[in-house]
Amino acid sequence: MSSLENLPDGVVEVAGLGAAEAYVTEPSGYVALVSALKDSGYEMCVDLCGVDYLEHPGREVPDALRATRFEVVVTLLSLSRRQRARVRVLAGDDEPRVDSLFSLYPGVEGFERETYDLFGVVFDGHPELTRILLPEEWEGHPLRKDYGLGRVPVQFKETAPQ
Amino acid sequence: MRSEVREVERLEPLVVETSEGSQELAPRRATSPGALAVETGSVLRLDGVTLDSASLDVERPDDETMIVNMGPVHPSTHGVLRLMLELDGEVVLRSKTVIGYLHTGMEKTGENLSYVQGATNVTRMDYLAPILNELNYSLAVEALLGIEIPERATWIRMMMSELNRVSSHLIWMATNGMDIGSTSAMIYGFRERELILAFFEKTAGLRMNLNYVRPGGVAADLPDGWEDDVVAICDNLERRLPEYDELLTGQPIFRQRMEGVAVISAEEAIALGVTGPVLRSTGVAWDLRRTMPYLAYDQVDFDVIVGTYGDNFDRYALRLNEMYESVRIIRQCLERMPSGDYRSQDPKVTPPPRARIGASMEALIHHFKLFTEGFHVPRGEVYSAVESPRGELGCYLVSDDGPRPYRLHVRTPSFANLHALPLMLRGGTVADAVTVISTLDPVMGDVDR
Repeated sequence: MSSLENLPDGVVEVAGLGAAEAYVTEPSGYVALVSALKDSGYEMCVDLCGVDYLEHPGREVPDALRATRFEVVVTLLSLSRRQRARVRVLAGDDEPRVDSLFSLYPGVEGFERETYDLFGVVFDGHPELTRILLPEEWEGHPLRKDYGLGRVPVQFKETAPQ
Repeated sequence: MRSEVREVERLEPLVVETSEGSQELAPRRATSPGALAVETGSVLRLDGVTLDSASLDVERPDDETMIVNMGPVHPSTHGVLRLMLELDGEVVLRSKTVIGYLHTGMEKTGENLSYVQGATNVTRMDYLAPILNELNYSLAVEALLGIEIPERATWIRMMMSELNRVSSHLIWMATNGMDIGSTSAMIYGFRERELILAFFEKTAGLRMNLNYVRPGGVAADLPDGWEDDVVAICDNLERRLPEYDELLTGQPIFRQRMEGVAVISAEEAIALGVTGPVLRSTGVAWDLRRTMPYLAYDQVDFDVIVGTYGDNFDRYALRLNEMYESVRIIRQCLERMPSGDYRSQDPKVTPPPRARIGASMEALIHHFKLFTEGFHVPRGEVYSAVESPRGELGCYLVSDDGPRPYRLHVRTPSFANLHALPLMLRGGTVADAVTVISTLDPVMGDVDR
């Protein structure tokens, strides 16, 4: 059950397992939606992660929206109402790009850096978008589905080609 | 003379090899106002208001302050946490954490392991609370499968989680004591934990990284005579915990190191997404076991411990008292442990008993399918969370109807809590930094995954 009266443009409410309300949104309506949810009582942003749907190009999304390769998934928590909300952002195909939630929830700073590091999703308005888990000169974004699993030459500084 | 030359030759490559580039703490002039706000822990000033650069002291000359590197192999950083501190004398002005030294791509590994194998992977994330990791993962898989878990399995899981919580808090108390120079606390913490680990070994075969809680139930029933072991553990804890209280709580040196140090307010903790004992120490009664119950926590009697000031001492006292509450829950599990199956009897999820494989063709096929391909989980996505000793441990799982997770993301409490460090370190001394890291209780395996 949505706690919002009007949804911003490009936002569709869907069913979500493990969340009281769930939305799928275009990047344009993303910050407006999260801002409205924050005002309606979701005090905390507990999680932000990326998903790469490379192997499922024709997956199901609401009719009004177009499925993209990358998704950014945000989980909000309301301490007062004891429930969660999930926001799935259709972040784009080749160069995924969404706005940062840093001004609403300063705690997502680390999660956004992690998503940038592992998926290459760019967050506009992030104070310092650098890699967080991998070394600075690492090539590629390992959690993308087209990044090899195993048998990848280990990139260390001393063994990297000069 | 010769050794001096060699040292200089070695120094330059060493700087290059250990540099983390833009992940490191840069001088003030080279730092954007937003990044400066993060590094000084200016959390609540970010509420849509433009940053006041004067209050952030951007113009401070660089020769007045000093950037010092702490870690990643500093003994008090509990693993491989690297902290960079900007100091004025001994006072911390800014700080930045550099993490990733323990990153092994476990989320990516999880995508290539079947659901049966998955529990062995996630249990290695937070190595002090393996049961909670497995539980979190199993609950997410079971939510997607939509299967019912037998009552006995639920209660076994609950009892094991609480035993694990106590063992994790004991380790916390031990290392915290060591950080502030109370080495006897360290010895005692490890001594009590040993009993719990011995019980884990008797039940699951391993002391740590148990792979005991699995989708569908638990790996094995409790061993014969488990009641006596658990009673012995509870009795021992109830006898020893007051001793720690006596040893540490009233000790003037301990209190001076802990009281009023690294205060965090409830608003700041909520804004930063901090959960667990650190959030509760600020007075917010948020414990997922009570507020969003899972397993059978709504059927047992326990109190949620909260603090008042959000300082180091509150976090210490809170964890000490949480151990009493966990013992209370364990005793109730002991009394009310239902009989029945310890795992679901759904043949698609649970392997058949060993004895039936020789007699039944169908059992043999199920066994073979489960241990080669694994079971298929219906398409969908789910987020589920449990209260780990460090806070909200969540799992976002996406399945595409295959035998392996399409995406496995674990929301680890240590990772989120670590971002409160700049706020808690600001204005304190370097010596306090050690106790702050300690009472935040990050597990680096949990942070880096």
